[in-house]
Amino acid sequence: MSRAVRFAPLAILIVLLAGLVWRLATPADTTVTSKLAGQPVPMFALPPGITTKAALTTSDLATGQPHLVNIFASWCVPCISEVKVLQQLKARGVLIEGIAVRDRPEDIADFLARNGDPYERIGSDEQSRVQIALGSSGVPESFVIDGKGIIRYQHIGAITEGDVRLILAKLEEAK
Amino acid sequence: MRCNSSSPSMRGLSKRKTIWVPAFAGMTLILLSPAAFADSNLPPAYWSDRQLPDPRQEAQAQALMDELRCLVCQGQSIADSNAEIAGDMRDLVRRRIAAGERPAAIRAWLIQRYGSWISYKPTAEPAAWPLWLAPLALLAVGAFLVRRRIRMGRRV
Repeated sequence: MSRAVRFAPLAILIVLLAGLVWRLATPADTTVTSKLAGQPVPMFALPPGITTKAALTTSDLATGQPHLVNIFASWCVPCISEVKVLQQLKARGVLIEGIAVRDRPEDIADFLARNGDPYERIGSDEQSRVQIALGSSGVPESFVIDGKGIIRYQHIGAITEGDVRLILAKLEEAK
Repeated sequence: MRCNSSSPSMRGLSKRKTIWVPAFAGMTLILLSPAAFADSNLPPAYWSDRQLPDPRQEAQAQALMDELRCLVCQGQSIADSNAEIAGDMRDLVRRRIAAGERPAAIRAWLIQRYGSWISYKPTAEPAAWPLWLAPLALLAVGAFLVRRRIRMGRRV
Protein backbone atom coordinates (compact mmCIF):
# COMPACT_ATOMS: atom_id res chain seq x y z
CA MET A 1 0.00 0.00 0.00
CA SER A 2 1.36 3.39 -0.91
CA ARG A 3 2.15 5.97 1.71
CA ALA A 4 -0.67 8.31 0.62
CA VAL A 5 -3.30 5.58 0.95
CA ARG A 6 -1.99 4.59 4.36
CA PHE A 7 -2.48 8.11 5.67
CA ALA A 8 -5.89 8.53 4.07
CA PRO A 9 -7.90 7.48 7.19
CA LEU A 10 -5.95 9.97 9.29
CA ALA A 11 -6.62 12.72 6.74
CA ILE A 12 -10.35 11.87 6.74
CA LEU A 13 -10.38 11.95 10.54
CA ILE A 14 -8.72 15.37 10.58
CA VAL A 15 -11.21 16.72 8.06
CA LEU A 16 -14.13 15.36 10.13
CA LEU A 17 -12.71 16.80 13.36
CA ALA A 18 -12.13 20.17 11.71
CA GLY A 19 -15.74 20.15 10.54
CA LEU A 20 -17.00 19.33 14.04
CA VAL A 21 -14.87 22.03 15.67
CA TRP A 22 -16.00 24.57 13.07
CA ARG A 23 -19.69 23.81 13.68
CA LEU A 24 -19.20 23.99 17.45
CA ALA A 25 -17.47 27.36 17.13
CA THR A 26 -20.05 28.79 14.70
CA PRO A 27 -23.39 27.06 15.37
CA ALA A 28 -25.85 26.89 12.50
CA ASP A 29 -28.45 29.66 12.36
CA THR A 30 -31.74 28.09 13.47
CA THR A 31 -34.01 31.08 12.85
CA VAL A 32 -36.77 30.27 10.41
CA THR A 33 -37.28 33.10 7.95
CA SER A 34 -40.41 33.61 5.91
CA LYS A 35 -39.97 33.00 2.20
CA LEU A 36 -42.78 35.40 1.37
CA ALA A 37 -40.63 38.56 1.19
CA GLY A 38 -41.40 40.34 -2.06
CA GLN A 39 -44.80 38.69 -2.33
CA PRO A 40 -48.25 40.01 -1.49
CA VAL A 41 -49.67 39.44 1.98
CA PRO A 42 -51.82 36.27 1.85
CA MET A 43 -55.57 36.86 1.92
CA PHE A 44 -56.96 36.82 5.43
CA ALA A 45 -59.72 38.37 7.48
CA LEU A 46 -59.21 38.24 11.24
CA PRO A 47 -61.89 39.09 13.79
CA PRO A 48 -61.13 42.00 16.15
CA GLY A 49 -58.73 41.19 19.00
CA ILE A 50 -60.53 43.58 21.35
CA THR A 51 -63.98 45.06 21.15
CA THR A 52 -62.80 48.68 21.07
CA LYS A 53 -60.65 48.30 17.97
CA ALA A 54 -61.23 47.43 14.32
CA ALA A 55 -60.50 43.97 12.95
CA LEU A 56 -57.62 43.33 10.55
CA THR A 57 -57.94 42.12 6.97
CA THR A 58 -55.52 41.95 4.03
CA SER A 59 -57.21 44.94 2.38
CA ASP A 60 -56.35 47.12 5.40
CA LEU A 61 -52.69 46.67 4.48
CA ALA A 62 -52.85 47.90 0.88
CA THR A 63 -53.84 51.50 1.53
CA GLY A 64 -51.00 53.25 -0.27
CA GLN A 65 -49.00 53.73 2.92
CA PRO A 66 -46.46 51.32 4.44
CA HIS A 67 -47.56 49.38 7.52
CA LEU A 68 -45.72 47.58 10.25
CA VAL A 69 -47.55 44.35 11.09
CA ASN A 70 -46.60 43.18 14.56
CA ILE A 71 -47.32 39.59 15.58
CA PHE A 72 -47.62 39.56 19.34
CA ALA A 73 -49.41 37.91 22.25
CA SER A 74 -50.35 38.89 25.77
CA TRP A 75 -48.61 35.72 27.01
CA CYS A 76 -45.34 36.59 25.28
CA VAL A 77 -42.72 38.09 27.60
CA PRO A 78 -40.44 39.84 25.05
CA CYS A 79 -43.59 41.52 23.65
CA ILE A 80 -43.89 43.57 26.85
CA SER A 81 -40.62 45.44 26.29
CA GLU A 82 -41.31 45.66 22.56
CA VAL A 83 -44.48 47.71 23.10
CA LYS A 84 -42.44 50.68 24.38
CA VAL A 85 -40.36 50.68 21.20
CA LEU A 86 -43.48 50.30 19.06
CA GLN A 87 -44.88 53.38 20.75
CA GLN A 88 -41.76 55.32 19.80
CA LEU A 89 -42.35 54.22 16.22
CA LYS A 90 -46.00 55.21 16.44
CA ALA A 91 -44.93 58.65 17.69
CA ARG A 92 -42.90 58.96 14.51
CA GLY A 93 -45.99 58.32 12.40
CA VAL A 94 -45.62 54.59 11.77
CA LEU A 95 -48.91 52.74 11.22
CA ILE A 96 -48.70 49.62 13.39
CA GLU A 97 -51.21 46.80 12.98
CA GLY A 98 -51.34 43.98 15.51
CA ILE A 99 -51.97 40.27 15.07
CA ALA A 100 -52.62 38.71 18.46
CA VAL A 101 -51.74 35.00 18.36
CA ARG A 102 -53.69 32.49 20.48
CA ASP A 103 -55.10 35.20 22.68
CA ARG A 104 -58.33 36.21 24.47
CA PRO A 105 -59.93 39.68 24.25
CA GLU A 106 -59.74 40.22 28.02
CA ASP A 107 -56.05 39.28 28.09
CA ILE A 108 -55.25 41.56 25.15
CA ALA A 109 -57.10 44.45 26.81
CA ASP A 110 -55.21 43.82 30.05
CA PHE A 111 -51.87 43.66 28.18
CA LEU A 112 -52.55 46.97 26.39
CA ALA A 113 -53.75 48.69 29.58
CA ARG A 114 -50.60 47.64 31.39
CA ASN A 115 -47.96 48.16 28.71
CA GLY A 116 -49.42 50.72 26.29
CA ASP A 117 -51.25 50.50 23.00
CA PRO A 118 -49.41 51.31 19.76
CA TYR A 119 -51.87 49.51 17.46
CA GLU A 120 -54.23 50.95 14.84
CA ARG A 121 -56.07 47.65 14.50
CA ILE A 122 -55.74 44.25 16.15
CA GLY A 123 -56.73 40.98 14.52
CA SER A 124 -57.22 37.89 16.66
CA ASP A 125 -55.45 34.80 15.28
CA GLU A 126 -56.67 32.08 17.63
CA GLN A 127 -55.23 29.06 15.82
CA SER A 128 -52.06 30.75 14.51
CA ARG A 129 -53.46 30.39 10.99
CA VAL A 130 -52.49 33.83 9.72
CA GLN A 131 -49.17 33.51 11.49
CA ILE A 132 -48.48 30.29 9.55
CA ALA A 133 -49.84 31.80 6.33
CA LEU A 134 -47.26 34.59 6.73
CA GLY A 135 -44.41 32.13 7.29
CA SER A 136 -43.86 33.36 10.83
CA SER A 137 -42.63 30.88 13.43
CA GLY A 138 -43.03 32.67 16.74
CA VAL A 139 -43.88 35.80 18.70
CA PRO A 140 -42.86 38.56 18.53
CA GLU A 141 -42.25 39.01 14.84
CA SER A 142 -42.91 41.99 12.60
CA PHE A 143 -43.41 42.51 8.87
CA VAL A 144 -42.94 45.71 6.90
CA ILE A 145 -45.69 45.86 4.27
CA ASP A 146 -45.57 48.44 1.50
CA GLY A 147 -48.50 50.54 0.25
CA LYS A 148 -49.49 47.89 -2.30
CA GLY A 149 -49.64 45.15 0.32
CA ILE A 150 -46.31 43.51 -0.60
CA ILE A 151 -44.17 42.05 2.21
CA ARG A 152 -40.87 43.96 2.21
CA TYR A 153 -39.10 42.92 5.37
CA GLN A 154 -39.45 40.43 8.22
CA HIS A 155 -38.08 41.20 11.67
CA ILE A 156 -37.70 38.11 13.87
CA GLY A 157 -37.81 38.68 17.62
CA ALA A 158 -38.61 41.84 19.55
CA ILE A 159 -37.89 45.22 17.96
CA THR A 160 -35.44 46.87 20.37
CA GLU A 161 -34.33 50.49 20.64
CA GLY A 162 -31.34 49.58 18.51
CA ASP A 163 -33.62 48.37 15.69
CA VAL A 164 -35.66 51.59 15.43
CA ARG A 165 -33.41 53.11 12.77
CA LEU A 166 -33.46 49.88 10.72
CA ILE A 167 -37.25 49.59 10.89
CA LEU A 168 -37.72 53.26 9.93
CA ALA A 169 -35.33 52.76 7.00
CA LYS A 170 -37.25 49.67 5.84
CA LEU A 171 -40.54 51.58 6.10
CA GLU A 172 -39.01 54.45 4.12
CA GLU A 173 -37.87 52.00 1.41
CA ALA A 174 -41.38 50.59 1.29
CA LYS A 175 -42.94 53.99 0.56
CA MET B 1 -37.06 26.85 23.68
CA ARG B 2 -40.71 26.11 24.05
CA CYS B 3 -40.05 22.39 23.91
CA ASN B 4 -37.52 22.18 26.68
CA SER B 5 -38.43 22.57 30.26
CA SER B 6 -35.55 22.74 32.65
CA SER B 7 -35.30 22.84 36.39
CA PRO B 8 -32.54 24.49 38.35
CA SER B 9 -29.77 22.23 39.51
CA MET B 10 -29.65 21.63 43.22
CA ARG B 11 -25.89 21.27 43.33
CA GLY B 12 -24.10 23.87 45.41
CA LEU B 13 -26.84 24.13 47.98
CA SER B 14 -24.59 22.92 50.77
CA LYS B 15 -21.91 25.54 50.27
CA ARG B 16 -22.71 29.19 50.86
CA LYS B 17 -26.35 28.48 51.52
CA THR B 18 -27.07 32.10 52.27
CA ILE B 19 -26.44 33.15 48.67
CA TRP B 20 -27.74 30.14 46.83
CA VAL B 21 -31.04 29.52 48.56
CA PRO B 22 -32.61 32.88 47.64
CA ALA B 23 -31.06 32.64 44.18
CA PHE B 24 -32.56 29.21 43.54
CA ALA B 25 -35.86 30.24 45.07
CA GLY B 26 -35.93 33.17 42.65
CA MET B 27 -35.01 30.98 39.69
CA THR B 28 -37.65 28.43 40.63
CA LEU B 29 -40.24 31.19 40.88
CA ILE B 30 -39.27 32.48 37.45
CA LEU B 31 -39.39 28.98 35.97
CA LEU B 32 -42.75 28.23 37.55
CA SER B 33 -44.39 31.46 36.50
CA PRO B 34 -46.75 30.83 33.60
CA ALA B 35 -45.16 33.48 31.42
CA ALA B 36 -41.76 31.77 31.42
CA PHE B 37 -43.21 28.78 29.59
CA ALA B 38 -44.47 31.11 26.88
CA ASP B 39 -47.64 29.16 26.31
CA SER B 40 -50.99 30.78 25.68
CA ASN B 41 -54.12 30.40 27.79
CA LEU B 42 -56.17 29.04 24.92
CA PRO B 43 -56.99 25.34 24.63
CA PRO B 44 -55.36 23.34 21.78
CA ALA B 45 -56.92 23.80 18.35
CA TYR B 46 -59.83 21.43 17.66
CA TRP B 47 -58.11 19.00 15.29
CA SER B 48 -54.66 19.22 16.88
CA ASP B 49 -55.07 16.04 18.95
CA ARG B 50 -58.20 14.55 17.41
CA GLN B 51 -58.35 12.00 14.62
CA LEU B 52 -60.38 12.67 11.50
CA PRO B 53 -63.52 10.47 11.34
CA ASP B 54 -62.52 9.14 7.90
CA PRO B 55 -59.65 6.64 8.49
CA ARG B 56 -58.26 7.12 4.98
CA GLN B 57 -58.03 10.89 5.46
CA GLU B 58 -56.55 10.47 8.93
CA ALA B 59 -53.87 8.15 7.50
CA GLN B 60 -53.06 10.77 4.86
CA ALA B 61 -52.87 13.50 7.50
CA GLN B 62 -50.71 11.35 9.78
CA ALA B 63 -48.28 10.54 6.96
CA LEU B 64 -47.95 14.24 6.12
CA MET B 65 -47.60 15.35 9.75
CA ASP B 66 -44.77 12.85 10.23
CA GLU B 67 -42.89 14.61 7.44
CA LEU B 68 -43.37 18.22 8.54
CA ARG B 69 -40.84 19.81 10.83
CA CYS B 70 -41.88 21.57 14.02
CA LEU B 71 -40.92 25.24 13.80
CA VAL B 72 -39.80 25.75 17.38
CA CYS B 73 -38.35 22.33 18.29
CA GLN B 74 -36.52 21.71 15.11
CA GLY B 75 -35.57 18.08 15.60
CA GLN B 76 -39.18 16.88 15.82
CA SER B 77 -42.00 16.41 13.39
CA ILE B 78 -45.25 18.25 14.10
CA ALA B 79 -46.80 14.83 14.83
CA ASP B 80 -44.34 14.34 17.71
CA SER B 81 -44.19 17.84 19.12
CA ASN B 82 -46.10 19.25 22.06
CA ALA B 83 -45.46 22.85 21.04
CA GLU B 84 -48.59 24.92 20.54
CA ILE B 85 -47.67 25.99 17.03
CA ALA B 86 -47.17 22.32 16.10
CA GLY B 87 -50.69 21.64 17.40
CA ASP B 88 -52.00 24.50 15.27
CA MET B 89 -50.18 23.07 12.26
CA ARG B 90 -51.73 19.62 12.85
CA ASP B 91 -55.11 21.34 13.00
CA LEU B 92 -54.33 23.09 9.71
CA VAL B 93 -53.22 19.84 8.03
CA ARG B 94 -56.29 17.86 9.18
CA ARG B 95 -58.71 20.66 8.27
CA ARG B 96 -57.32 20.95 4.76
CA ILE B 97 -57.25 17.21 4.19
CA ALA B 98 -60.84 16.97 5.46
CA ALA B 99 -61.71 19.71 2.96
CA GLY B 100 -60.35 17.50 0.18
CA GLU B 101 -56.96 19.11 -0.38
CA ARG B 102 -54.14 16.80 -1.51
CA PRO B 103 -51.24 16.29 0.94
CA ALA B 104 -48.76 17.36 -1.76
CA ALA B 105 -50.58 20.69 -2.13
CA ILE B 106 -50.49 21.33 1.62
CA ARG B 107 -46.78 20.49 1.71
CA ALA B 108 -46.15 22.85 -1.22
CA TRP B 109 -48.14 25.61 0.51
CA LEU B 110 -45.95 25.28 3.62
CA ILE B 111 -42.71 25.08 1.61
CA GLN B 112 -43.73 28.30 -0.13
CA ARG B 113 -43.81 29.93 3.31
CA TYR B 114 -40.99 28.32 5.25
CA GLY B 115 -38.77 26.87 2.53
CA SER B 116 -37.98 23.21 1.84
CA TRP B 117 -36.61 23.17 5.38
CA ILE B 118 -40.14 22.54 6.72
CA SER B 119 -40.43 19.18 4.94
CA TYR B 120 -38.47 16.09 5.95
CA LYS B 121 -39.16 14.43 2.61
CA PRO B 122 -35.94 14.51 0.56
CA THR B 123 -36.20 16.54 -2.62
CA ALA B 124 -34.41 16.23 -5.96
CA GLU B 125 -33.30 19.87 -6.02
CA PRO B 126 -29.63 20.49 -6.98
CA ALA B 127 -28.61 21.19 -3.37
CA ALA B 128 -29.53 17.58 -2.50
CA TRP B 129 -27.69 15.93 -5.39
CA PRO B 130 -24.51 15.20 -3.38
CA LEU B 131 -26.67 13.30 -0.88
CA TRP B 132 -28.14 11.11 -3.61
CA LEU B 133 -24.78 10.61 -5.31
CA ALA B 134 -22.68 10.02 -2.17
CA PRO B 135 -23.74 6.36 -1.68
CA LEU B 136 -23.00 5.56 -5.33
CA ALA B 137 -19.61 7.28 -5.10
CA LEU B 138 -18.76 5.40 -1.90
CA LEU B 139 -19.80 2.08 -3.47
CA ALA B 140 -17.56 2.81 -6.45
CA VAL B 141 -14.61 3.63 -4.18
CA GLY B 142 -15.27 0.44 -2.18
CA ALA B 143 -15.42 -1.70 -5.31
CA PHE B 144 -12.19 -0.15 -6.53
CA LEU B 145 -10.41 -0.84 -3.24
CA VAL B 146 -11.67 -4.43 -3.08
CA ARG B 147 -10.58 -5.06 -6.65
CA ARG B 148 -7.12 -3.76 -5.90
CA ARG B 149 -6.89 -5.88 -2.77
CA ILE B 150 -7.77 -9.02 -4.68
CA ARG B 151 -5.19 -8.28 -7.36
CA MET B 152 -2.48 -7.56 -4.81
CA GLY B 153 -3.34 -10.77 -2.95
CA ARG B 154 -2.83 -12.80 -6.13
CA ARG B 155 0.61 -11.30 -6.64
CA VAL B 156 1.76 -12.25 -3.13
